[in-house]
Amino acid sequence: MDSEHGKNARFGMVIDLDRCDGCGACMIACAVENNVPPGHASATERTGITWMRVAAVESGQEYPAADVAFVPMFCQQCENETPCISVCPQNAVEIDPATGIVGQIPQRCLGCRYCMTACPYHARYFNWRDPAWPEGMDRQLNPDVSPRMRGVAEKCNFCHGRLHAAKAKAAAKGSREIDPADYVPACVESCFQNAIVFGDLNDHESEVAKLARGADTFRFLSRLGSEPKVYFHSTRPWVKEMAESTLTRSKKENGHG
Amino acid sequence: MFGSGLALALFAGWYGFPRILYRSETQPLQFSHAVHAGEKAGMACGDCHVLDAAGRFHGIPGTAKCAECHSAPLGDSKEEKMLVDDYVTPSKELPWRVYSRQPDNAYFPHAAHVALAKIPCAECHGPYGQSEAPRVYEVNRITGYSRDIWGPNISGIASHPWEGMKMDRCVTCHATHGRRDGCIDCHK
Ligand code: HEC
Ligand code: HEC
Ligand code: HEC
Ligand code: HEC
Ligand code: HEC
Repeated sequence: MDSEHGKNARFGMVIDLDRCDGCGACMIACAVENNVPPGHASATERTGITWMRVAAVESGQEYPAADVAFVPMFCQQCENETPCISVCPQNAVEIDPATGIVGQIPQRCLGCRYCMTACPYHARYFNWRDPAWPEGMDRQLNPDVSPRMRGVAEKCNFCHGRLHAAKAKAAAKGSREIDPADYVPACVESCFQNAIVFGDLNDHESEVAKLARGADTFRFLSRLGSEPKVYFHSTRPWVKEMAESTLTRSKKENGHG
Repeated sequence: MFGSGLALALFAGWYGFPRILYRSETQPLQFSHAVHAGEKAGMACGDCHVLDAAGRFHGIPGTAKCAECHSAPLGDSKEEKMLVDDYVTPSKELPWRVYSRQPDNAYFPHAAHVALAKIPCAECHGPYGQSEAPRVYEVNRITGYSRDIWGPNISGIASHPWEGMKMDRCVTCHATHGRRDGCIDCHK
């Protein structure tokens, strides 16, 4: 489908779980890019904010078969009946037809957190308090992303601020088509293992589209039918199986208080 | 009795309220666009308000730009002497107030409007590029936003087409150009 202002894109990612070594650089790059403040001392996995979170998953087998996979988990940009969109009473989440990006609009969010419950990937986070940065760090905020206030939900939006910048760069040259090299999310850029490939899934010749069609590529919880635009790749059978099961919750998550 | 009550209410609402709601601030220097963009200095808007190749709009120029010509006074105006002595020589930035500054969560790219759509500056900023001196800057005491966002008229009805730049105005102009933008196109 073409819009009158250039072709519609469908941005997506393919992450190679056999390459990810769990270093966590993507988590840091993501937080810095998107003005996510350091967690409060009392923050837990659920009350802290980590748009991108790398989970370590064990195969559960005994040595020598024991194995571990590191899974970067973040908004999977669901395309079909997007769970967070369908539950939001505020219309504060929308899918951009021009990019396929599931956008969260903090201005409109009332903080009910239904979306967090609905998200099968635990990819949504809530601002339990106003953001605060240590002295000095507040002067290094990214001007392309506005910090959110207390009482609203937030999540990964494929570094939308970078898309803004890429579009403005194209516009200055008189073009409405962005150069793919100008729009690379922070996690992709920071990955030492080059485990993440990002691009337009609608462009059949793009690397990401080829990988997404390729062998040993799968999506997490695909049985739900929400059609995520984030794909994973692994040749290990147990990793592929794990993608269809629910991750075991940690003790900390299940506990109260 | 009713008449005087109404008159009092109208006076309070139309005259008093804006004075309570907005605080006035003066700009640090009486800068004249008429001198610089006019015959005297003959500069183009883009010489100072640069849109760079990366599509970034640099807004109000820094002191380094002024220093290109004002390392020493060119004329004998008091303002110029102040510029040279207080800012250029110690290379200090001028604390300009920006009339059109949007809330932090709004995203406005000059590149799309100036380079692609070729909308003249005056369509959004009025005849400010010909002004003799900066006008008073008014800031909303509650929100901290410039009065120019809402517009000078407290009823919100603009008497000139360039007055006010609320979301409504962005969306209305976009609609006339056949655009339908998502929220995150204009919000960040
Ligand atoms: C010598 C450099 C220079 C040139 C040339 C110049 N400006 Fe400016 N402009 C400034 C400075 C300094 C300010 C800040 C002081 C002020 O508000 O008057 C400013 C402020 C502005 C503002 C107000 C922005 C805001 O919202 O506060 C507008 C609008 C503007 N200029 C438009 C123009 C236009 C249009 C032209 C071309 C006709 C132009 N300028 C040429 C230096 C320049
Ligand atoms: C291209 C050279 C040039 C640049 C750059 C420039 N000016 Fe000027 N400026 C002039 C000229 C020419 C005059 C007129 C001097 C005269 O004849 O009095 C002038 C006059 C002035 C005056 C006196 C105004 C008056 O009322 O006569 C002020 C104040 C001033 N400039 C401020 C600035 C500031 C602030 C900047 C930086 C944003 C700046 N200028 C950048 C050339 C320049
Ligand atoms: C379509 C409307 C529109 C047009 C056309 C436009 N502007 Fe603006 N301008 C704005 C808005 C809105 C802002 C506030 C941006 C913000 O705060 O993010 C602004 C901000 C500015 C600022 C202050 C920037 C800052 O933050 O310091 C200057 C200076 C300025 N414009 C000059 C110009 C000049 C010169 C032109 C013509 C080349 C121009 N503008 C064309 C809408 C427009
Ligand atoms: C006078 C008319 C006008 C006004 C006022 C206006 N715009 Fe625009 N805007 C346009 C036009 C026309 C385009 C399309 C540029 C093109 O592609 O040719 C545009 C494009 C944009 C884009 C680029 C979207 C994309 O897909 O790349 C953004 C963002 C934007 N405007 C934001 C704003 C905001 C925010 C405001 C209000 C502060 C605003 N505009 C006010 C006419 C306007
Ligand atoms: C064409 C650009 C544009 C689009 C599209 C747009 N906005 Fe806005 N919005 C703005 C601008 C500019 C402001 C700041 C000026 C104002 O307060 O009116 C704003 C302000 C707001 C505010 C007030 C926020 C505050 O801090 O005062 C809310 C709420 C809001 N927008 C929600 C939305 C939602 C929800 C959508 C999508 C349905 C949306 N906007 C789409 C330009 C836009």
